[in-house]
Amino acid sequence: MTRAGIGLAALSLLLLFFPAFAGPYALSVATLILFFAYTGQAWNVMMGFAGQLSLGHSLYVGVGAYAAGALFFHYGIGPWLGLWLAIVLCVAFGLVIGFLAFRFGISGVYFALLTIAFAEFTRIGFDHLDWLGGPGGMFLKVAQRDAWDLANFRGPPLMYYYAILLLTAAAFAGCWLLLRSKAGYYWQAIREDEQAAQALGVNTFRWKMLAVAISSAMTAVSGVFFAFYYNNLFPEQIFHISRSIEIILGPVIGGIGTLFGPILGAAVLTLLSDGITEALAALGWEIPGIKQVFYGVVLLLVVMFLPHGIWPAVSRKMGIGR
Amino acid sequence: MGLLQVKQVSKSFRGLQAVRKASFEVPEGSINALIGPNGAGKTTIFNMVAGVLAPDSGEIYFQDKPVHGLRPDQVCAAGIGRTFQLVKPFAGLSVLDNVMVGGLLRERSTQAARRISLDILDKLRLAPKRDLPASSLTLPDRKRLEVARALATRPKLLLLDEVMAGLRPTECDQMVEVFRSLNRAEGLTILLIEHVMRAVMALAQHVGVLHHGEVIARGTPAEIVRDPAVLECYLGEETEI
Repeated sequence: MTRAGIGLAALSLLLLFFPAFAGPYALSVATLILFFAYTGQAWNVMMGFAGQLSLGHSLYVGVGAYAAGALFFHYGIGPWLGLWLAIVLCVAFGLVIGFLAFRFGISGVYFALLTIAFAEFTRIGFDHLDWLGGPGGMFLKVAQRDAWDLANFRGPPLMYYYAILLLTAAAFAGCWLLLRSKAGYYWQAIREDEQAAQALGVNTFRWKMLAVAISSAMTAVSGVFFAFYYNNLFPEQIFHISRSIEIILGPVIGGIGTLFGPILGAAVLTLLSDGITEALAALGWEIPGIKQVFYGVVLLLVVMFLPHGIWPAVSRKMGIGR
Repeated sequence: MGLLQVKQVSKSFRGLQAVRKASFEVPEGSINALIGPNGAGKTTIFNMVAGVLAPDSGEIYFQDKPVHGLRPDQVCAAGIGRTFQLVKPFAGLSVLDNVMVGGLLRERSTQAARRISLDILDKLRLAPKRDLPASSLTLPDRKRLEVARALATRPKLLLLDEVMAGLRPTECDQMVEVFRSLNRAEGLTILLIEHVMRAVMALAQHVGVLHHGEVIARGTPAEIVRDPAVLECYLGEETEI
């Protein structure tokens, strides 16, 4: 077994038995970390693998959350069906954006701006959809928190922890496979030099669309999880650009295009920012917006000293591949 | 019949006529060169064949099928491989992975693509460097990588855009040897644009000369260097005193 394999096995065991010795607070922090790790991994497929910068991934989280949430709220239909609606809607959104951008040769910063624009006007649109609660929000019924109601995905925090752990593990394995497939090679070629990729017979339009479809489908699932874990949805929160930024900070800090980057980045960010907030609160200081300031500082430090993220530097030190 | 037929192709950019009714043929199994002074329209013709630019008028046939107006990836899939004058390695990928991107065009599995890629790296003497990132290669090696990647798509016709430029004479001779053996052993047809006359003379069986977007001469290298029109465009018109 390689060093990377041993490390991965140890990490899996730790995460699997983590709830046994963690309190409710630690469990909620771990759930949050895994949520960002999973969502960051989804974003990573588009940006890290295929080189298409999306600054509007909150769109897919939001649409996914509202799709499954609304089915449950209005009709009592659990997320196992809602999940598919969420995926179909998000992939449709993604493909429309991708088609508009890639067909008309919009790339780089302009593509990023287009993704922001779509997320923003979806936010404004949802503010005016009374059926979904409008700006006042939509609240899913919280029945009882002790029993594991898997059919409706209602239960104690432990259930959500294992659900998001499973998702993160599946995303990790899926991305590992993708990177080793034809799609992985083609995406990375497009990321490195699109013209050269095309000259080697790569239909760049089609493969970029595939990256968008997979990434938006994965993010849709993260939205469904969000809806059933937090139970309240507000357009101003879920579609907000700060949410998109939060999603990408993990992979950016951990290492764009790497498999461990999103996980490591999410852990570092969440642990440090929660730690600092807690420490300040213990000292009796409540500083509003301190989290955002902290994010800014961490991003600055990483960009200055580890422009490829933390994971590439760490993995080189430990002598393992990415 | 030629493997590649360029018929009366024209292209202009904002009123500047880059290529004017250029016609030529590339016979199957031959090595051909396109030469001409800077700005003669060589790269424009090249880009039209490769699908980067669509001709304003005229037709391009490959294996008797029209390829004008196809996208670059479709042209590649049809069997025309190309290199870039300014090399474009996938900098963050390893040398082997660079070639595998090309190999995956005709191979379904990554294992098969890896096998043929390793073969090609061997031919181009890049095998020892297969695990290095492409960004760490020197210019001669990057040029070789360009060729290796294009070959991995298993082209019938290989377009070489100034692959010799910037190489030392010995490196240039090595490259010439590689192309010669590919041509001889595998019947690969080659069309090269080249400034390095040493390579053109050593390699090409047919040479076309472009000047101001027009084909002004065609023939063997020996004929070309004696052609008055060619001498004129390279050395200037004879003036009477």
